[in-house]
Amino acid sequence: MDTFETQIDGFVGREYKEGFVTDIDSETLPPGLNADVIAILSKKKNEPGFMLDWRMDAYERWMKMETPRWAHVNYPPINYQAISYYSAPRSQADGPKSLDEVDPKLLETYDKLGIPLEEQKMLSGVAVDAVFDSVSVATTFKKELAEAGVIFCSFSEALQKYPELVRTYLGTVVPLGDNFYAALNSAVFSDGSFVYVPKGVRCPMELSTYFRINATNTGQFERTLIVADEDSYVSYLEGCTAPMRDENQLHAAVVELVALKNSEIKYSTVQNWYPGDSEGRGGIYNFVTKRGACRGDNAKISWTQVETGSAITWKYPSVLLEGNKTVGEFYSVALTNHHQQADTGTKMVHIGKDTSSTIISKGISAGQGQNAYRGLVKVLKGADNARNYSQCDSLLMSDRCGAHTFPYLEVKNQTATIEHEATTSKIGEDQLFYCRQRGLSEEDAVSLIVNGFCKAVFKELPMEFAVEAQKLLSISLEGSVG
Amino acid sequence: MVDSSEQIAEEVGKYLSQHQEVASTLPAAGISWVDAHREAASKRFEQLGFPTTRDEQWKYTNVRSIARHAFDLSLNPVDVNPSVINKLTIPNLDAHRLVFTDGIFSPLLSQISDLPKGVTIISLAALLRSDPSRLENKFGEVVGEPINGFNAMNSAFILDGAFIEIESGVKLEKPIELLYVSASTNEQALALPRNIVVLRKQSSATLCERYISVTHSQSLTSSVSEVYIEDNGILHIDRVNEENDKSFNIGALFANVGRNARLKSNSITLGGRLVRNDIVVRLSEDGAETQLDGLYVVNDRQHVDNNTQVLHDHPRTTSREHYKGILSGKARAVFRGHISVKPEAQGADAVQKNNNLLLSPEAEVDTMPQLEIYADDVKCAHGATVGQLEEEAIFYMRSRGIGYAETRQLLTHAFAAEILENLGQSSIKDYIENRINHMMGLS
Repeated sequence: MDTFETQIDGFVGREYKEGFVTDIDSETLPPGLNADVIAILSKKKNEPGFMLDWRMDAYERWMKMETPRWAHVNYPPINYQAISYYSAPRSQADGPKSLDEVDPKLLETYDKLGIPLEEQKMLSGVAVDAVFDSVSVATTFKKELAEAGVIFCSFSEALQKYPELVRTYLGTVVPLGDNFYAALNSAVFSDGSFVYVPKGVRCPMELSTYFRINATNTGQFERTLIVADEDSYVSYLEGCTAPMRDENQLHAAVVELVALKNSEIKYSTVQNWYPGDSEGRGGIYNFVTKRGACRGDNAKISWTQVETGSAITWKYPSVLLEGNKTVGEFYSVALTNHHQQADTGTKMVHIGKDTSSTIISKGISAGQGQNAYRGLVKVLKGADNARNYSQCDSLLMSDRCGAHTFPYLEVKNQTATIEHEATTSKIGEDQLFYCRQRGLSEEDAVSLIVNGFCKAVFKELPMEFAVEAQKLLSISLEGSVG
Repeated sequence: MVDSSEQIAEEVGKYLSQHQEVASTLPAAGISWVDAHREAASKRFEQLGFPTTRDEQWKYTNVRSIARHAFDLSLNPVDVNPSVINKLTIPNLDAHRLVFTDGIFSPLLSQISDLPKGVTIISLAALLRSDPSRLENKFGEVVGEPINGFNAMNSAFILDGAFIEIESGVKLEKPIELLYVSASTNEQALALPRNIVVLRKQSSATLCERYISVTHSQSLTSSVSEVYIEDNGILHIDRVNEENDKSFNIGALFANVGRNARLKSNSITLGGRLVRNDIVVRLSEDGAETQLDGLYVVNDRQHVDNNTQVLHDHPRTTSREHYKGILSGKARAVFRGHISVKPEAQGADAVQKNNNLLLSPEAEVDTMPQLEIYADDVKCAHGATVGQLEEEAIFYMRSRGIGYAETRQLLTHAFAAEILENLGQSSIKDYIENRINHMMGLS
């Protein structure tokens, strides 16, 4: 087993591949947060008046809130006054009209990530709203989407062009005082994506945003709002990578989904923020509030996530099943290696009648990673015939890691059928032996077993993402059996 | 919420002043280590107050209705006619019986005779008075710092209860029955039983703890049991709550299980207005094992909360946990099962299950099976379900000519049977089965 152990160390010790800093000028506000900063932020972005009021309201609530401490994670307190709340790439000022006008260095960054916009545009048929730090710099496929009547733009643009639409839905799923990080986000969010799919439209392509944290010490406060009107369908992809650096960075995003009658929203995430180095230095703090509301009957919201990055992940994509016969789904693979900590899971709130939800969560812990599933399934009094199935499996790959499961089931209706099961086990020696015996390398064997373990989640991902997710998992994990 | 510190002071104050009044008359008062223990616990009680729903461990169990009242601690046994007790005993259960009325040992009602050599069964108060040195370092050794106000309140008084010690190699065949009777006709009697059970190496015993009421008065029982099982010891505890529908019962069982030793516990809750069972089992040596089972059959406005914690501290430790519930009326059940596995506890094997049957539209279940694992060579699984009787099973039986009501009863009975199978004595099993059938209208 000696060579095996060495091999493992080799794989576990592998460093983050996407670490590089793009050197471009950022127009950055000095660090600190107060009412003036919010006013400046709002003014810089030329926002309608209601937005500033809304931000101020959120800021006041945030001031009265305390940092949540219940999650199974440890980190030093964050100094919110040391964060700069606005940073825009300089070239944004001129407003690029096409890809040619985009800062070449920025494009280079995407090249390094292997997702050049040009290629994306031509080959994949995916529209990309690239968010570089806090402001959108390049948007593609606008035209094709416009023909279908789909609005897909940066949040700032949406505030300029469709203020009423934003006003109608913003904060209706995640209220501005929902939790500490959501309130902070509501006060200072810089930009994000806005999607509106009109009645009866099936969005002709998968929408995608690549986020990237860049300027040092700039917290990222993204805001995403997706509205699917009656009888519509949209699939949205979110993917992240971040450059390597030593200081911890805060990322407190809010994602709101609104699914009206008979509509469906599929939201997929591959998260690969910088996880810190093998000693646990640096890495992103990812404190995200994601929630969707199935407002109308027969609406469906499906969250799929592959979480391999971030030093700390604190994230519970949830679904409020308000309408009758609505469906909520949550598929998750969360991996923690080195000193990563993840406290993630979902909330399914059954409100309407005949609602159903499915939760499949796969946690993989390696190195000294701590991985916790925390979930709530709540069946309210009126939610007749609610159905939930939850499965949370954990795979342990070292003797210093941790895997934890904290499900909460609250059932107030007799006709509900709720099932939860969870298992925790080591990667099977006999499974490995079996594969090795048939000529697979240690690395391939582990990859095979882990991919098998995660298959139920991967099959929910759109094609492009499924490939990327498997690659990511292999890089982050291969061979880290202990 | 009003100012919490003021509220705590008010709720706790009445007990603290009672404590001061009686402190000098409590058993073994004046012996410094006993005094120190009581004093520290009373300080802790003052600090903690009664738990609130803001406390994660009490999120779904609101004890305001207890905290609001002023319960009166009973210091002397209540006069109960032996025939009343005899009527309430479990038929065919041949046991050494200790009877406590409102938490105070009643020699008159108890039957302890022909104890084999190496077995001590005595009231705690009696031992505190006669041979306190035997108890030195026993209090709080398993409990540690009291985990909540109720435990602290119990430790502040340490009034009476049972002391059981089985010497090495002694296998006690006859079960020991601890019968706690809420007997006072005064409303709001307070009982604080404190039990200490010590099983030396290779010994074994079976314990049956029962809580019953002989009046319709409201009462509060806050019990603490400390259990030590040394290497290869085997202890079986059946706890049955059948108090009246106004009673509050907060029970805590703390156990230390030694090398290759085994603790089996079965918590059956049928009665009570609000019942909370805390069980903390520390598998403190290699190969220690525990099996925790529970069944709650509740109705009307009953509230039952089973909160268990299994600590796998050492390698090759095993735990099995299975709680089942049947809820009717407006009953509410809470289950929290916490399994934690320390990094050094390689080879730990834990399985935990909680199944609930909702038989009425107003019933509610909140269940939280939890795993916290820091070792990798482990096998851990948990599961929880909430549902109704299976329609297919009902259809199957009805298609064979069995009426709906009977089908329902049979299926419910079958649901409960799985837990009852594991009860220590067949006489207890028969008794509980009859009680449940009666409750479900089957008999």
